[in-house]
Amino acid sequence: MTPLRDAFLSAIVALGLCGPLVGLVTTSGDRGLSIHARPIATAVVVGLVFLGRLAILSWRGRTRAEAVQANRAFAERITRAGKYVTPVLLVAAVALPFTGSRYYIDLGTLVLTYIMLGWGLNIVVGLAGLLDLGYVAFYAVGAYSYAILATTFGLGFWTCLPMAGILAAMWGVMLGFPVLRLRGDYLAIVTLAFGEIIRIVLTNWVSLTNGPNGITGIPRPTLFGLAFSMDGGSGTFAGFFNIEPEVIQRIIFLYYVILGLALLTNWVSLRLRRLPLGRAWEALREDEIACRSLGINVRNTKLTAFGIGAMFGGFAGAFFATRQAFISPESFTFIESATVLAIVVLGGLGSQLGVALAAVVMIGGLEALRDFLSFLGDQMNSEVFAGIASELPLYRMLIFGLALVVMMILRPRGLVSGRTPSVALTTVKEIAPDLVAQGRG
Amino acid sequence: MAYALQQLINGVTLGMIYGLIAVGYTMVYGIIGMINFAHGDVFMVGSFLSLIALLGLAALGITSVPLALALTLLFAAAIAALYGWTVERVAYRPLRGSFRLAPLISAIGMSITLQNFVQVSQGARVKPIDAVIPGGIQLMDRGGFAVQLSWMQIAIVVITLTILAIFTWLVTRTPLGRTMRACEQDLKMAALLGIDTDRTISLTFVIGAALAAVAGFMFLLYYGVIDFYIGFIAGIKAFTAAVLGGIGSLPGAVLGGLLIGLIEVFWSAYFSVEYKDVAAFSILVIALIFLPTGILGRAEVEKV
Repeated sequence: MTPLRDAFLSAIVALGLCGPLVGLVTTSGDRGLSIHARPIATAVVVGLVFLGRLAILSWRGRTRAEAVQANRAFAERITRAGKYVTPVLLVAAVALPFTGSRYYIDLGTLVLTYIMLGWGLNIVVGLAGLLDLGYVAFYAVGAYSYAILATTFGLGFWTCLPMAGILAAMWGVMLGFPVLRLRGDYLAIVTLAFGEIIRIVLTNWVSLTNGPNGITGIPRPTLFGLAFSMDGGSGTFAGFFNIEPEVIQRIIFLYYVILGLALLTNWVSLRLRRLPLGRAWEALREDEIACRSLGINVRNTKLTAFGIGAMFGGFAGAFFATRQAFISPESFTFIESATVLAIVVLGGLGSQLGVALAAVVMIGGLEALRDFLSFLGDQMNSEVFAGIASELPLYRMLIFGLALVVMMILRPRGLVSGRTPSVALTTVKEIAPDLVAQGRG
Repeated sequence: MAYALQQLINGVTLGMIYGLIAVGYTMVYGIIGMINFAHGDVFMVGSFLSLIALLGLAALGITSVPLALALTLLFAAAIAALYGWTVERVAYRPLRGSFRLAPLISAIGMSITLQNFVQVSQGARVKPIDAVIPGGIQLMDRGGFAVQLSWMQIAIVVITLTILAIFTWLVTRTPLGRTMRACEQDLKMAALLGIDTDRTISLTFVIGAALAAVAGFMFLLYYGVIDFYIGFIAGIKAFTAAVLGGIGSLPGAVLGGLLIGLIEVFWSAYFSVEYKDVAAFSILVIALIFLPTGILGRAEVEKV
C-alpha cells in the first residue's frame, strides 16, 4: 500500500469517527437539545489525521530490527548517563528555590509529590510486581487522616505525619489480606474498586468528612514549632529570625519538606532492596511458585509490600493536605491512580531514576503544555481562534491520554528499562530488559 | 411484595444493559487476556452517537418512531464498531506480544482520550432527552403501590435477548465464531493452523463495540440523560459482572450482568442509594475471594 493511499484510508476512517461526534454538536437550548453542524472543525480534524498518518509513514522508514536496536542503545545510554544525571537532578532540586520564582517552586512541589507517590507505588508494582490501580486510596487516607486529626484534636503536622502513614499502611494491609490470592488483572480491578469505594465513602460520610464540600482550614506545618504566619510575632519563623514575613518563605519551606519526604522514600526503598525482604519482593515478581518452593513466606512478603507502599502514599497524602489547606474527594479520583501508575511504568518499573525522570516529563510536561496552551489562547485574539482559545485548556487531558498511548507504543518498557542487580558476586552487570519478568501479581 | 416485584423488573432491565457491556469485556479478555479499559468509554460513545442520530433524524423530519429507533440503533452500532476497530488498531495491536502492563496503560490512555474527546466535542454538560417510548402497562396495584412495566423496559429486554440470540448463533454456528473460539483456546496454535488471528481479534473488538453501542442506545432511552462520564462506572460494573460470571464465558457475562443489576437495584431500594456502587464493588471483592473463577468460568491450571 502506498503511503498516500494509506493516509487517504486513515482520513476516511477519521471522517467516520469524527463526522458524528465533531461534525454534529448537541447544545441545550430553551426547547431541549438542538443539533448543529460543524463542517470546518471536522475538516480540520480529518486533514490533521491525513497529514499525521503521512508523517508517521515517512518517519517509519527503518525496519523493526533497527528500531529494536536503537531502543536498546537508547536504554543503555540513559542507564549509563544515570550516574551523572542523578547528582545533577539532586543539585537542581536543592537549588530550585534559589530562583525565587513562586511559579517554579510550586511546580517543583507538585512534581516532587508525584515523584514521591511514584517511588511509593514502585515498591508495590515495580519491586513486588503487584499491579495496584487504587493507589490513590492510600493517598486519600493519608490526607484525610491528617485533616481530621488536625482539625478535630488540634494536632500539628509533624505529630500527624507518622500517624497518617501508619493508618494508610494499616489500610494497605487490610486491602492486602483479601486480595492475597488474586493475580494480575484481577488484582488490578479489585484495587481499582477499592479506590472507588474509599472515594464514595469519603463523599457520603458527611458527619466525618464533610462530604463533597471537603475539609477547610487544615493547619500548615511548622519549623520546630515556628509557624509561617504573616503577623511576624515572636513565635513565628519571621519573628524568630527577625526578617520580614513573606508568603514565599512558607512555599519554600513546603518545597523542602516534600523534597525531604521524597528523598526519604527513595532512601528507604533503596535500603529495603538490599534487605532479605526487598530481595524477596523482587524474587516474588520474577516467579511466585519458585519463591514458595524456596520457603519465602509469600503472604508476609506481599503484605509488607502493600503496607510500606501505602505508608508512603499516606505521607504524601498528609503533605498534600497541609499544602493545599483544603481537601475534598474530588482530588482523589481514578485519574490520579492512573497518572501515578503511568509514571511508574514509563519510568521502567523498578528504576528509581526512571520514576523521577518520568514524573518530571509527565507532570512538568503537562504543566508546560498547559502554559503553552493558555499562552496560545492569549496570543490568538483573532475571531476565528477566539472560540478555540477559550477551550484550549480543556484539551489538556485529551493530549495526556493520547500521550500515554504514544509513549507505550514507542517505549513499552519505560525510559530506564534495564536493571542493576541489588547483589552481585563480583562486578555488577546490567540486566537486559528482556530478561526481567514483570510479575503477574 | 409489590415493591419487590417492581425492583425485580428494574433490576433485570439494568442487568441486561450491564450484561451487553460485559460480553465485550469477556470476549476480549478470553482471546488476548487484557482488560479493555476503553470498553466502558465505547459504551459512552455509543450512547452519544444514539443521541446525535435521534436528534439528527428528528431534524431531517423522520417522525415514525420505530423507523427512527431502528436507524439510530444501526448507525450507533456501526460507528461504535468503527471506534472499537480503531482503538484496537491504534492502541493495542502495536503492543501485542509486548510485556503485560503496556497494553493496560495504553488502554487507560485510550479511555482518558475517548472521555475527553467527547467532553471537548460535545460539551461537559449533561444531555437530557424526552422519553421516546412513553407509557407502559400496570401489572398490579396493591396497597396504593402500582407495579409498572414500561414499554421501554419490555423493549430493552426484547432487544437484548434478540441481540444475544444473534450473537450466540454467530459464535457457535459461523466460521467466524469458530475462529474466535479457536483463538480463545490457544492463540498461537490457531495462528499455526492458518487462522488470521489479527483479523479475528479486530472482529472481536468490532462486535464487542457494537454490543456496547446497543447498550449505550438503551441506556440513553431508559434513563433519558447521559454525560461523558457514564462510561467509567458502567465499565467497572460491567467488568465486575464479567468476573462474577466467570471471565471468558459468554453466558456467564450475561448472568453476571443480571446479578449486578439486581444487587444494585435492590441495594438502592432497601439500604441506601449513595452506597450502591460500594455494594457492587464489594460483591466483586467477595466473589473473587470465594469464587475466583466466577460462576460459569473454568478453573485455570497453572503450568510451571
